[in-house]
Amino acid sequence: MAVMEQPTPAVAGTLAGSARGIWRFVLANRKVTIGLAIIGFFVLLALLGPVIVHQDPAALSEDLLQPPSSAHWLGTTPSGQDVFAQVVVGARISILMGFIVGAVTTIISVVVGLVSGYLGGAIDELFSLVTNVFLVLPTLPLAIVLAAYIKYKGPLTIGIVLAVTGWSWGARVIRSQTLSMRNREFVAAARARGESTFRIVFFEIFPNEIALVAAELLGTVIYCILAEAGLEYLGFGDPNTVSWGTMFYFAQNGDALLLGAWWWFLPPGICIALLGAALALVNFGIDEIANPRLRREPRQKRSLLKAALGVPQTPQKTQEEAA
Amino acid sequence: MRHLLRRLAFYLVALWAAVTLNFLIPRLAPGNPAQAMLFRLKGKASPQAIHAINILLGINTHDSLLAQYGQYLNNLLHGNLGVSITYLPTPVSQVIAQDLPWTLVLVGVTLVISFVVGTLLGALVAWRHGSKLDTILPPVFTFLSAIPYFWLALIFLYFFAFYYNWFPTYGGYDADTTVPGWSPDFLLSALQHAILPAITIIIGSIAGWILGMRNTMITTLSEDYVLMAEAKGLPERRIMLTYAARNAILPNITSFALSLGFVVSGALLTEIVFSYPGIGFALLQAVDNLDYPLMEGIFLLIVVAVLVANFLADLAYVVLDPRVRHERG
Repeated sequence: MAVMEQPTPAVAGTLAGSARGIWRFVLANRKVTIGLAIIGFFVLLALLGPVIVHQDPAALSEDLLQPPSSAHWLGTTPSGQDVFAQVVVGARISILMGFIVGAVTTIISVVVGLVSGYLGGAIDELFSLVTNVFLVLPTLPLAIVLAAYIKYKGPLTIGIVLAVTGWSWGARVIRSQTLSMRNREFVAAARARGESTFRIVFFEIFPNEIALVAAELLGTVIYCILAEAGLEYLGFGDPNTVSWGTMFYFAQNGDALLLGAWWWFLPPGICIALLGAALALVNFGIDEIANPRLRREPRQKRSLLKAALGVPQTPQKTQEEAA
Repeated sequence: MRHLLRRLAFYLVALWAAVTLNFLIPRLAPGNPAQAMLFRLKGKASPQAIHAINILLGINTHDSLLAQYGQYLNNLLHGNLGVSITYLPTPVSQVIAQDLPWTLVLVGVTLVISFVVGTLLGALVAWRHGSKLDTILPPVFTFLSAIPYFWLALIFLYFFAFYYNWFPTYGGYDADTTVPGWSPDFLLSALQHAILPAITIIIGSIAGWILGMRNTMITTLSEDYVLMAEAKGLPERRIMLTYAARNAILPNITSFALSLGFVVSGALLTEIVFSYPGIGFALLQAVDNLDYPLMEGIFLLIVVAVLVANFLADLAYVVLDPRVRHERG
C-alpha cells in the first residue's frame, strides 16, 4: 500500500484537472499506462460481457467436463457449463463488487480520517481508538466469523463484512496526512475567511489529499477483490450467481483437482491476479510520481553525473539532484 | 517507559473490544443461527456441555445481557472456551492445543525463510537500482503478490501432488503408516507433507519483504553518510550491508514482529486447500459444522496472538531506534 508523506501540488492538480490533464497523467508513467490498460480491458469485459457471450453461464449441456476446444474455449464443468461464459459473466460481479465495496470502504476511511485529523480533541481520541482497535483485529478471521453468523449468503453479506474489516488502515493514513495539513497557511486563511468547518475539511483539505486517497482506493479495491474471492471460495457467496469466487467454490467442491479439470479453476485465478497486479502497478506509478526518489533516472544523465562527481560507483546517491 | 505503558493499555482495550465483539456477534446475529445448531445436539451432549454452550452463545436464557456478559467474562478468565461441537465432548481449548503446533511450525518456519531471503533480495535489488535485476524483479513480484494465495496453492496441489505425484495430496502426515511422536518416520512424513504448503506460503509472502526493503533502502541510499562511505572508498559490500541496509531494515523488522501475530492466522486458506491439520483447517470445519464455540475460540486465539505481536513490534522499535526512545521516553 502506498504511503506518501507529501503529495506534491502538481500531482493533485493533474489528478483533479481537466480531461487533458488526466490523459497526460496516464501517459506520464509507464506503470500507470499498463495498469490502466489492463483495468480498462476488464471493465469493458464486465460491461460488454453479455454482448460477447450469448450463452447462459449456468446452462447445462451434453458436453460434460470437456477440455478447452474451439466449441468451448475454456472447456466445460462436469455439469456441462461453459467455463469461458462463466469467466466473462463472472467478471461482472467480481469487478463490480471490488470497485463498489472498495469505494464505500474508502469513503468511510476518508470521512473518519478527515474528521478525526481536523477536529482533534476528544473526537479524535475516540475515532483514533476505534480505528486502532480495528487495525489490530485480524481481518480475514473476523470476516469469516461475521459471515458465518449471517444467514443470508451473497454479495450484500460479503460487502458489509469487507467494509467493516477494511476501512481502518486508510483512516489512519488519511488522519496523519490531515494532521499535517490543518496548520498550513491555506487552511488558516480559509478559517480566517470564516468558512464553515464542513467546507474547510471537504473542499479545502480533501482536494489536497486526492493522490493519497487514490492510492488508498486502489489498495482497498485489491483487498476487496482478493478477500471476496477468498470468502466465496469458503462458501460464503451466493451459489446461484456466477462470479470468479464462486467458480473456485464449485471447482473445489466438484473435485476439479481429482478430475484433472485444470481449465475450471485456472482462468478465474489468472483474471484476479492480472487485475490485482494492474491495480498495484497503478498504485506504484502514483507512488513514483509523488516520490521522485523511487523513480528511475535516465541512464545518460546518471553517467554524466558520475563523470562530474568523479566517483566510480555512484548510481544511487545522485537521485535527488537528477530527479 | 510511559510510551510502552500507554501501548499496553491500548492493547488491553483492543482485547476487551475483541472479547466483547465475540460476545455480541452471536447475540445480535439475525435469525439466531446458534439455536438451530443446538437442536442437533439434543441427546448427544451432556446437560453440562449444553449449559456451557448456552452461556457462551446466549441461547435459552432469561438473564439480562449484562448478567450474561459477566458470566461470559468469568468463563473466559477461567480459560473455559466451551465445548467443541464437531469433536463432542472435547473442550475447545483441547482442540486448539492439538491443532496449534502444526500451524506454528509450518507458518513460523516459512515466515523466517521468507523474511531473511526477501530482505536480502530487496537490499540487493535496491543496491542495483536501475539495473536489469531491478527492472525485472519488482513487476514479477507485484504480479505474484496480487495472486490469490489459495489459488496458487490449488495450482501447486494440482500439478505437483495430483499430476506428478511428487507430494502427498492432503493432511499433515501419513496416518496409515506413522503415529505422531518423535520417531524419524513421522518427522520425515510430516516434512514431506509440509513442503508444498510451505513453498506456496513463501512465494505468496516474499514479495512484500522484497518491495518493502527495496523502497526503504532506495531512500537511505541517497543519504549523506552513504555518499561519505563511498567517498572514503569503503568496499562495496560493506557500504551495502552495514551502511545502507542496516539503516533501512527497521520497517521490515517491525513488519516481522507484526507478522509473528499472523503466524496463527496467516495461512488459513492455504491450510484449507492442503487439508493441513492446523488452525485454519479447524476454522473451516467449525464454519462448515456450525461449530460456533470452536469458531469463537479460534478467533480469540488469533486476536491474542496479533496483540502480543504488536506489543513485540513496539518493543523492537524502542530497542532498535534511539529516536523513538528519546522522543517519547
